[in-house]
Amino acid sequence: MTIYIPTPLRPFATGKDAVEVTATTVAGALDALTQEHPDLRKHLFTSEGKVRAFVNLYLNDEDVRYLPAKEATAISPNDTLSIIPSIAGGGPQLRRRGRLSR
Amino acid sequence: MSVLRLSKAVYDAIRAHGEETYPHECCGALLGRSAAEGWSINSSVKAGNARTDSAHNRYQISPGELVRMEREARKQGLSIGGFYHSHPDHPAQWSPTDLAEAHWLGCSYVITAVAQGKAVLTNSFLLAGETEEKKRFELESIVVSE
Repeated sequence: MTIYIPTPLRPFATGKDAVEVTATTVAGALDALTQEHPDLRKHLFTSEGKVRAFVNLYLNDEDVRYLPAKEATAISPNDTLSIIPSIAGGGPQLRRRGRLSR
Repeated sequence: MSVLRLSKAVYDAIRAHGEETYPHECCGALLGRSAAEGWSINSSVKAGNARTDSAHNRYQISPGELVRMEREARKQGLSIGGFYHSHPDHPAQWSPTDLAEAHWLGCSYVITAVAQGKAVLTNSFLLAGETEEKKRFELESIVVSE
């Protein structure tokens, strides 16, 4: 399958924007990816070996965390896996004026 | 200091987006190519703000939308080089929330201050650092070309 590497992780995959791996599950694909590019491991996984909270994985157009088998989901050769770090933010917390309840 | 290069059309578009969504934060992606001194942006892509619960001071681009943006970037031979969002009635300066929620190392984060519905200052910050634990924002120059 093809794993698409997002911009921030390409330096750790020798500059590649896509990597081809052979695997039978999503977890197997990630394992194959980090075996080929070990520097990716710390960016994708916590020290306990779980996918980092801000790393989203999409199997084709589906979020892996919402698939019944999650990372144990079986994959086929024509599937794609997209690694997508979260993007969010915002201004400061606004102060609220106190209101008296009546 | 790194340099973010973009056309006047893109610069105006991202600022106008902030005016359109005021008093809520706007957000979107910047597509381009990496150069020695920083990103050279070819186009911007508007995104929906998934933080409908607090859109006046929070933004989020849904991962599903990011997958589509990446796909579009690949079709154009480009990469996602950064993101933009607006700060309604607040300075064009990154906040602790902006830094905590930033994970695209090596990419540019562009912020436009929108005061009373009008875009004022636009700043860009490179998310520098080799790891999530050592990330930091560094102010970068913006060069706007015709």
